Amino acid sequence: MTPLLQVKDVAKMYGARIGCTDVSFDLYPGEVMGIVGESGSGKSTLLNCLAGHLAPDRGEVVFDTRADGPVDTVTMSEPARRMLGRTDWAFVHQHARDGLRMSVSAGGNIGERLMAVGDRHYGDIRARAADWLGRVEISDARIDDRPSAFSGGMQQRLQIARNLVTGPRLVFMDEPTGGLDVSVQARLLDLLRGLVREMGLSAIIVTHDLAVVRLLADRLMVMKDGHVVETGLTDQVLDDPQHGYTQLLVSSVLQV
Amino acid sequence: MSDYNFAYLDEQTKRMIRRAILKGLAVPGYQVPFASREMPMPYGWGTGGVQVSAATLTPEDTFKVIDQGADDTTNAVSIRKFFERTAGVATTEETEKASVIQTRHRIPEAELTEDQILVYQVPIPEPLRFLEPRETETRKMHALQEYGLMHVKLYEDISQHGAIATSYAYPVKVSDRYVMDPSPIPKFDNPKMEMAAIQLFGAGREQRIYAVPPYTKVVSLDFEDYPFEASKADHPCDLCAAEDSYLDEVILDDAGNRMFVCSDTDYCRSRREAGHVGRLGEEAAA
Repeated sequence: MTPLLQVKDVAKMYGARIGCTDVSFDLYPGEVMGIVGESGSGKSTLLNCLAGHLAPDRGEVVFDTRADGPVDTVTMSEPARRMLGRTDWAFVHQHARDGLRMSVSAGGNIGERLMAVGDRHYGDIRARAADWLGRVEISDARIDDRPSAFSGGMQQRLQIARNLVTGPRLVFMDEPTGGLDVSVQARLLDLLRGLVREMGLSAIIVTHDLAVVRLLADRLMVMKDGHVVETGLTDQVLDDPQHGYTQLLVSSVLQV
Repeated sequence: MSDYNFAYLDEQTKRMIRRAILKGLAVPGYQVPFASREMPMPYGWGTGGVQVSAATLTPEDTFKVIDQGADDTTNAVSIRKFFERTAGVATTEETEKASVIQTRHRIPEAELTEDQILVYQVPIPEPLRFLEPRETETRKMHALQEYGLMHVKLYEDISQHGAIATSYAYPVKVSDRYVMDPSPIPKFDNPKMEMAAIQLFGAGREQRIYAVPPYTKVVSLDFEDYPFEASKADHPCDLCAAEDSYLDEVILDDAGNRMFVCSDTDYCRSRREAGHVGRLGEEAAA
């Protein structure tokens, strides 16, 4: 089986400081990968490099495209990369405001990606927007409301709907549950887990919340100071941490 | 003639503007940056159009200025006087006799010919501006033809109003490539943009010039199930009885009486001279 995403020796420097370095891994279709680490450990830098928002200084990010098979997205042309960003990739920001157009209605937000890939039938676009609102548990009576009238959890779910409407195969998530209260987090995680299973999505989830990766991720990568210090199956890493930092991380979680 | 250089601007500036115009004509719909000069009138009064006109005019030209279709409103009168004084060119109010027409927010009703140039005054040249505030991003979107966002605006119109409510500055795609703001002309005028005359657009404050060459394909954006409609008030002109011209609504008193008149004053006048009389035409003549 061809990996959906092959990351080979990716590095990003900010001047003399290390953003992230020596990162390599393969992600297979349907697999969910978690990246955990403390603030400043380079996990967001890595995610942005993989999603094409930042240009890595070194390394390859090979994505298995539908048309041409495995292609290095770092060296591919910008229009092609942006096209991937609208079709096969999705990016869920930590703050829903970064990923939504706050002055455009919920339906317009969901429809934007459809229109960006050439959909020009209003009725179809609206029907699909209503369908996706339903899938993320937002009443379709709110289709014409602006996201600013939504609660934080609803905004985050709307952002997810907006990203998944074009049927992407790879989803990048940057702290998707950050800033939400625990009961809303639980619902969101439940929803994400359902969508990932149902659509057979691959995902890369960056978070500092170990509970999130425990629930969602198949595999785990632990980062510290821009380096990957431990990788493995999620349960294996969390139940039997080998590296000193991972042990610290696991033991830092409060048990209620 | 006066102590001004011909048409106010110095020759180097006109040369710079002509280069921008030629580039604009070569790449229809592309916004060419140019070094807009300070003009002796405020931004928003047509400084871009005036600079394009100044670079286009020759001493043999006949110049016409319209503002919302009318030759006799403040903006039109002041710009016409400006060029009478600084260029000494002949001016006219008749569309057919003019070789250069500067316009604010209308296309004349009379069909323009290959000998004519239509110069538009443009307030905001970027059609994507109110959807995407970053200039770096809109330029990239134009470069990569990422125009899905334009349809988001039309989608919002339909979801809120049940129809595409954008009635002026209606976005068009020029020559199957660039999405362009046609300046705030009513969408009634959009189909006329595939014309024989050269169309030049000048935005002074925003420092952009763009152009549509003669007989270039200009398509108004729409949805398959909500096609573009060139709408106008559903009345004949009350002065000249024209059914096919774009109308202004004029409130006559506080008892609810109103009249609809052609916004193109020259068109209305020539029709009345030819003997057409509308509902209130007799009274107005008296």
